Amino acid sequence: MNHETMLACYRALDLTDEKGFLCGKVLADLGADVIKIERPGGDPARSVGPFYHDIPDPERSLNWFAFNANKRGITLDIEKADGKHMFSKLVETADFLIESFSPGHMDELGIGYAVLSRINPKLIMISITPFGQEGPYRDWKGSDIVVWALSGMMYVSGEPDRPPLSPSFPHSYFFGAMQGAVGAMVALCHRHMTGCGQHVDASAQMSLAWVTQPEFQGIWDIEKKIVKRSGRLRVRPGTGVRMPIVWQCKDGDVSLILSLGSGVAAANRALVEWVKGEGDNCDILDQIDWWTFSWEDVTQELADQIIEIFSRFFLSHTQAELFEGAVKRGIQLSPSLSPKGLLEFAQLTERGYWVEVEHPELGTTITYPGAFVRPTETVCGIRRRAPLVGEHNEEIYKQELGFSAEEMLMLKQAKVI
Amino acid sequence: MKNEESKSQTMDKRTFEKIKVLDFTWAGVGPFSVNFLAYFGATVIKIENMSRPDVTRTNPPFKDGIPDLGHSLYFSYSHPVKKYDITLNLNHPKGVDLVKKLVLQADVFAESFLPGTMEKWGLGYEDLRRIKPNIIMFRTCSHGQTGSMAKHPGLGFTLTSLAGFNTVMGWPDRPPSELLGAYTDLVAPLFGGLCIIAALDYRRRTGKGQCLDFSQHEAAIQFLAPLVLDCAVNGREPNRGGNHCTHAAPHGGYRCQGDDRWCAISVFTDDEWRAFCKVTGHPEWTNDRRFGTLLSRKRNEEELDRLVEEWTRERSPEEVANLLQAVGVPAGVVSNAKDQREDPQLKHYRFFRELDHPSMGKLGFYHPPGFKLSGVAPEVSAPPVLGQDNEYVCTQILGLSDEEFVELIQDGVFS
Repeated sequence: MNHETMLACYRALDLTDEKGFLCGKVLADLGADVIKIERPGGDPARSVGPFYHDIPDPERSLNWFAFNANKRGITLDIEKADGKHMFSKLVETADFLIESFSPGHMDELGIGYAVLSRINPKLIMISITPFGQEGPYRDWKGSDIVVWALSGMMYVSGEPDRPPLSPSFPHSYFFGAMQGAVGAMVALCHRHMTGCGQHVDASAQMSLAWVTQPEFQGIWDIEKKIVKRSGRLRVRPGTGVRMPIVWQCKDGDVSLILSLGSGVAAANRALVEWVKGEGDNCDILDQIDWWTFSWEDVTQELADQIIEIFSRFFLSHTQAELFEGAVKRGIQLSPSLSPKGLLEFAQLTERGYWVEVEHPELGTTITYPGAFVRPTETVCGIRRRAPLVGEHNEEIYKQELGFSAEEMLMLKQAKVI
Repeated sequence: MKNEESKSQTMDKRTFEKIKVLDFTWAGVGPFSVNFLAYFGATVIKIENMSRPDVTRTNPPFKDGIPDLGHSLYFSYSHPVKKYDITLNLNHPKGVDLVKKLVLQADVFAESFLPGTMEKWGLGYEDLRRIKPNIIMFRTCSHGQTGSMAKHPGLGFTLTSLAGFNTVMGWPDRPPSELLGAYTDLVAPLFGGLCIIAALDYRRRTGKGQCLDFSQHEAAIQFLAPLVLDCAVNGREPNRGGNHCTHAAPHGGYRCQGDDRWCAISVFTDDEWRAFCKVTGHPEWTNDRRFGTLLSRKRNEEELDRLVEEWTRERSPEEVANLLQAVGVPAGVVSNAKDQREDPQLKHYRFFRELDHPSMGKLGFYHPPGFKLSGVAPEVSAPPVLGQDNEYVCTQILGLSDEEFVELIQDGVFS
């Protein structure tokens, strides 16, 4: 078994809070040596739930586990003089520094990009913030819902008769963290040409504005029309016909987006045959020549009739029945899954997606999502659980930076580490 | 073409200027993943087929309502970069020959067909390796190259609910809501772009290429990892909490003056709460037994939301956001498409860029990536026209003679 990883020769220092964890996590999944730097006593984000067995404890945060796996962890107060000095030492050999402080904070501490790039001109610094390092919102406070709102995503989420909606599991920042990771890799490749690192300015707002797509942005461009939230109905751009993507079935939801055209005609026909075979009245669908049928032929009245037939059919079947039948017939219908459904989803199990990660301190193993890519020559995925508070202080400070046991004790008492 | 070349010679070094990508991908995830290379100077040759062009070319919305291949906004959106575009008939042996010739020069070969399709044309990973031993092959589809569902077709629209995103969208008293469009098509390529570039760096150091089996489902689930852990160890399924947050109040979208205008507000800390009360003219709320502490605000959240809205609905969302941000409370306009285009921050970064498109004219939604680099700027461009570079790729990149090119046309290799 090959254990080589793509980025094993690189080191990243990770100063981020929960806004930026994912950036270092994905680099670590690809093999980079990512050192999570926490303040003495532990990172405040260790208080972000959920928790192992619902017991709130800095060493039991599942959010921390999920996004800091594969990292090593040290404690360091970068606001103290000794801490700054030690941090500078670490910067000398680092390839990446990832941070998510408010813009300007690192500069105020005297360890901004300008200073650090003099210590190590090859350093690539990645800053992940709500709105970026520049511009009129630079100093604005951006919680996850505020970024979701200002990106445009919120306005088109939710039901027409309720306020615009945000996700109950906030993840606006993850888009910024991931764009930061991609930017870091571009900067790395650029460094091979120039020998110099650079500053990657990743904005969560900008990263999420990208997600709003032409259905939102493009309609404004060409029609100066503002698209609104439409709940479970998707308004088809152009014709304005409303149809669901997610449908209720006997025991949950399934998703199916009606596509038309010769490429999907056979699948559409197969769906009609299936409905018909169960004795449901679907004459309207049966009469359609799916090979020539186009969206110009679909009025809202016809759409409503189709919706009625599908709704009745789906409601009389379970998710499992519908999915099994769809796979057999090549129909693009999927179950709408919860985490439990994901953990039981056969395809993911067959591919060995889930990884059991040992947590010796808890006396157990925990199931994690594994690799986000399967390369032939290298491995991606989780190799070790997230670090405990200060777990690798000895390894890094003593063995690498050469501090003595006495100095370590002194630094600990002075609350530097 | 000549103009562009001389222009590029005078420009700074482009990060991927020595990298050539053969891009067979279509729809969302593949093109978006490859775009990261194209923004920074890679030579990307997009390969389409006259009878089966990129599916986004056929998706609405269309400019001026004209449903032809040159008027789809989606295709423009998924290709805001410079790519050479050729049309090849891969059922013609000479079409496959041309691809094999291009493979000799290629660094990355990207495709997003159902598993087994490239193999049918003799262009599987083993075939490519024989031609170019250090090729990087990026293969993406909904479910990955292996497993019983590998060949089940999928779309971002349905993958979004299959990955679990719908379970965290909605109100507690209603069924799950929807996310706009093909949401996972905008999540997966962030991972896809990352691993293509990482593989290029690995190859530079080791000389080794590889095949990247990239399942869009597996990538998208990474975002929801804590929920999976919570279910695995605590048996918990996620709640849909509307706009409420377990450890903040007020927290939500509040109605403002105007037609369907809203402002998002979130108050997490005591400092934020004090500032909020002061600016809204209710300093007494900090001592109110209903609202003085986070615990009390969570208990009386419905009443709190109503009172907050009494204040917001008298003001425009911009005024609410500016007043609150001025005292350090996180707030922001719930931007609609117009607000988004006029947003001063997005404008500062020139996120939306107006470019001229050969058949659609000027459109304002072309964009760079979500990051800005201090040392190199991305190149944003209008998308290629179907088959616009057949001649250029054959004669300039492959070095075929004009006669050979004409013969290929006559053989129907490009149709």
